Amino acid sequence: MRITVTVDGTTYTDDVEPRQLLVHHLRETIGKTGTVVGCDTSNCGSCTVHLDGQSVKSCSVLAVQADGAEITTVEGLARDGALHPVQQAFHDNHALQCGFCTPGMIMQSIDLLADNPDPDEQAVRHGLEGNLCRCTGYQNIVRAVQDAADRLKPGSTQAQPVGSES
Amino acid sequence: MTATVEPEVGKARLRKEDARLITGRTRWTDNLTVPGLLHLAFLRSPVAHARITAIDVEAARRKPGVIAVFTGRDLAEAQGSLPCAWPVTADQKAPPAPSLAVDQVNFAGEAVAVVVARGKAQAHDALEAIDVDYEDLPVVLDLAAAVADGADLVHPDLGTNKSAHWVFDSAEAGTGSDVEQAIAEAEVLVERTYRQQRLIPAFMEPRSVLVDPTGEQTTVWSATQIPHILRLMLALTTGTPEHKLRVIAPDVGGGFGGKLQVTPEEVVALVVATRLGKPVKWTESRSESLLSAHHGRDQLQKLTLAARRDGTVTGLKVELLADMGAYLRLVTPGVPILGAFMFNAIYKFPAYRFECTNVFTTKTPTDAYRGAGRPEATCAIERLMDELAAELGRDPIELREQNWIKHDEFPFTTVCGLEYDTGNYEAATAKAKEMFGYDQLRAEQRERRERGDTVQLGIGTSTFTEMCGLAPSRVLGSLSYGAGGWEHAAVRMLPSGKVEVVTGSSAHGQGHETAWSQIVADQLGVPFEDIEVLHGDTQSSPRGLDTYGSRSLTVGAMAVLKAGEKVIRKARRIAAHMMECAEDDLEFTAGKFTVKGTERATAITDVALAVFAAHDLPDGVEPSLDSEATFDPDNFSFPHGTHLCAVDVDTETGFVKIRKYVCVDDVGVVVNPIIVEGQVHGGLAQGLAQALYEEAVHDESGTLTTGTLADYLIPSAVDLPHFDTDRTETPATSNQLGVKGVGEAGTIASTPAVVNAVVDAVRHFGVNDIQMPCTPMRVWTAINGGPTDAGGLGTEAGGGLGSIDTSGGAA
Repeated sequence: MRITVTVDGTTYTDDVEPRQLLVHHLRETIGKTGTVVGCDTSNCGSCTVHLDGQSVKSCSVLAVQADGAEITTVEGLARDGALHPVQQAFHDNHALQCGFCTPGMIMQSIDLLADNPDPDEQAVRHGLEGNLCRCTGYQNIVRAVQDAADRLKPGSTQAQPVGSES
Repeated sequence: MTATVEPEVGKARLRKEDARLITGRTRWTDNLTVPGLLHLAFLRSPVAHARITAIDVEAARRKPGVIAVFTGRDLAEAQGSLPCAWPVTADQKAPPAPSLAVDQVNFAGEAVAVVVARGKAQAHDALEAIDVDYEDLPVVLDLAAAVADGADLVHPDLGTNKSAHWVFDSAEAGTGSDVEQAIAEAEVLVERTYRQQRLIPAFMEPRSVLVDPTGEQTTVWSATQIPHILRLMLALTTGTPEHKLRVIAPDVGGGFGGKLQVTPEEVVALVVATRLGKPVKWTESRSESLLSAHHGRDQLQKLTLAARRDGTVTGLKVELLADMGAYLRLVTPGVPILGAFMFNAIYKFPAYRFECTNVFTTKTPTDAYRGAGRPEATCAIERLMDELAAELGRDPIELREQNWIKHDEFPFTTVCGLEYDTGNYEAATAKAKEMFGYDQLRAEQRERRERGDTVQLGIGTSTFTEMCGLAPSRVLGSLSYGAGGWEHAAVRMLPSGKVEVVTGSSAHGQGHETAWSQIVADQLGVPFEDIEVLHGDTQSSPRGLDTYGSRSLTVGAMAVLKAGEKVIRKARRIAAHMMECAEDDLEFTAGKFTVKGTERATAITDVALAVFAAHDLPDGVEPSLDSEATFDPDNFSFPHGTHLCAVDVDTETGFVKIRKYVCVDDVGVVVNPIIVEGQVHGGLAQGLAQALYEEAVHDESGTLTTGTLADYLIPSAVDLPHFDTDRTETPATSNQLGVKGVGEAGTIASTPAVVNAVVDAVRHFGVNDIQMPCTPMRVWTAINGGPTDAGGLGTEAGGGLGSIDTSGGAA
């Protein structure tokens, strides 16, 4: 089947097998390898992307279902060389170690903050329930999301990161 | 802004590694491709123990896109036998370990055939067309039954399921007295049997390997912790000349010991790529990973602790059965033996005996998982100390203090003969108690108990130590390990003053690039940003023993430091020549050689440029500052700490909620506090998961019933508490940096703290143990008088997660 998707601002038209998952289409056909596959039962959330503005696990969507859709991956978040505030907050709060879950975590965090711009700790934990991390114990991820929430507030000053860049 | 204004070591540097990882600019093995790449898919045995009587692959060969199909018999000669580097005893029994089973399968999930196809999906499609006839053999699943007389055998040719019997006895070793005498004379005996359940490392990045045989060297990219060991072992296993192999560990998404392995799939990928002359790639599914990647833990521990009525411990006897699974993988037999030196922990036992029987079962092989032998030991002794306290009606912390090594008694030689260099258990415990509010929580516990609150508060303690920084080569030799414990590094000064650091450590999330840069920035006085750390490729970092056992900083970074010292030594001679003075007249600080008592100075970066030009060097001096070093530690390092856990246990449902978790760890000098804190958090998460959530469960036919992440319960953000972490800092004296190790500490320490808290909450119901994971079902059963110990309630898959329906999982 022939489908057309716009991924990170570029439009791609390809023939896909009906059974092809969106995540495989992104990785293998379009080359968006920043989005990764961590499981085969939709538990881990590593493959989370935005489909028409909503976070989805791209292993749970067929490529043909995304025909005509606009998709954003972790590779499409930065603007003019500046990181998205959530990306920056993940770095500033040491919210990643091996980094494999990170693209999915970041995409889900952005979605979470769109729904709830000022989440408390429990709200962040529940909002990220579908994304597994094996390295961090989640504490710095929670901190990063709350930090990002502060950064995204209109007129806010940048929060103080836990580490130093220089 | 030279780094020397403020020392880099100790600074909360944000990580260099992050920039790629937060933008998706990653090089996971599965992301890589080369022209003409073919894909592999493995057919795995659905049964745990059977003879293969026939295998027909003809239909699969005719499927679309299929290039070739190989069975174990096709590859039998080329694939050799998978290596085990740790024969723990001279008479250890080990079966041949084919990568593809040849005529018998010994665990469900063992690979029996491989399809090579143009596309990954085509390879998987063809698996369905392979027809295998299995003739069932009896399964061997229970550790105790496996060693009983007349037991069914996993490997009949061996004549037994016992692989090895390993003993340490302090009376025989001359390091302590006789434990049997201590037991005979004991005023108090605590006897328990604990089960360290089987766990799965479950790194987030599934394993993947890509082999390209088309170059002069065959290149192997693999999601591995051990590129250097893998290169040697692939060469030895397949007969490929070592110098014709290049192994690259690109971005690697976690390991936790689970990628400390030479896998069947790596061997088969190499053999098949070589045979076809074409590049091949294999990436596992999560189900394949949980089923066939090695598991961890799985011990049955029979423990006897002798004490006087005043609380002084007098002896400890440990009798283990350790489940090897179906085969001995890379370090399988050595994992329980690593625990042999840790059951005595921080306590002054005068008599100690450890014996371990390594046992074959028809399950997935076990091997290293975060802590490897030490969590099992720590969990056992810390549980026992709480039991002794309960027996004597004493406060568990006060009882521990009565028995632990005091800070002024270091260095201390333990009953195992290890020399603990430093430690201060009093300081860490005092800090932890204060942060925890120990006395207030005890008061609240009393009040709620008296009131008969349906939700009971429990408080658990773990005052742990561990041995890490693996390892002094001589010690490994004495334990019959097949390699040394050194690490290699090189420091290269580039003409422009930038620095390349080559390390044999192989990071897969730890942040070595950042930490090594901090150390070298201080040492050479160059900016942090001017340092590039090269690792994980046998071409750029040619020697190494890789990353596991909390060894990278204590051994790997020490090698870096030693290489840097050589650079400075070489530069000093040239700087003296440049400034026409004696070498002894120079002092080196902040990247500059200064003539003592003068303003005359030359930067080491200027020396690097002069060396590059080589126009005017002292006679006999080679034009290079580059230096390498190989560091072999004299001793292990011994991190320690005090972990305190408070849980609320709902006595009506058995549900456990962690209310507060405080830990004060002493990991010596800290290079980067945010990296250290991150390691502690992650370690705690895995230790808590053993206590409450995770267990690899096999049914009565040997099928893994926890074969997906819906069943194997890795905790989510909802299932873990906020951790209050802090540190005390007692520098190690066994290395120049004063560092210990932190990678495994949280995992080793936390499991018994949680279980102790759960048992403490319900002890007044007559409960003295609950088998891990402490699921609501097990806790409720214990409260209501059911069996609780290792011989009791059958296994169930999880059910303790707050984030899922507790009726889920296999019953």
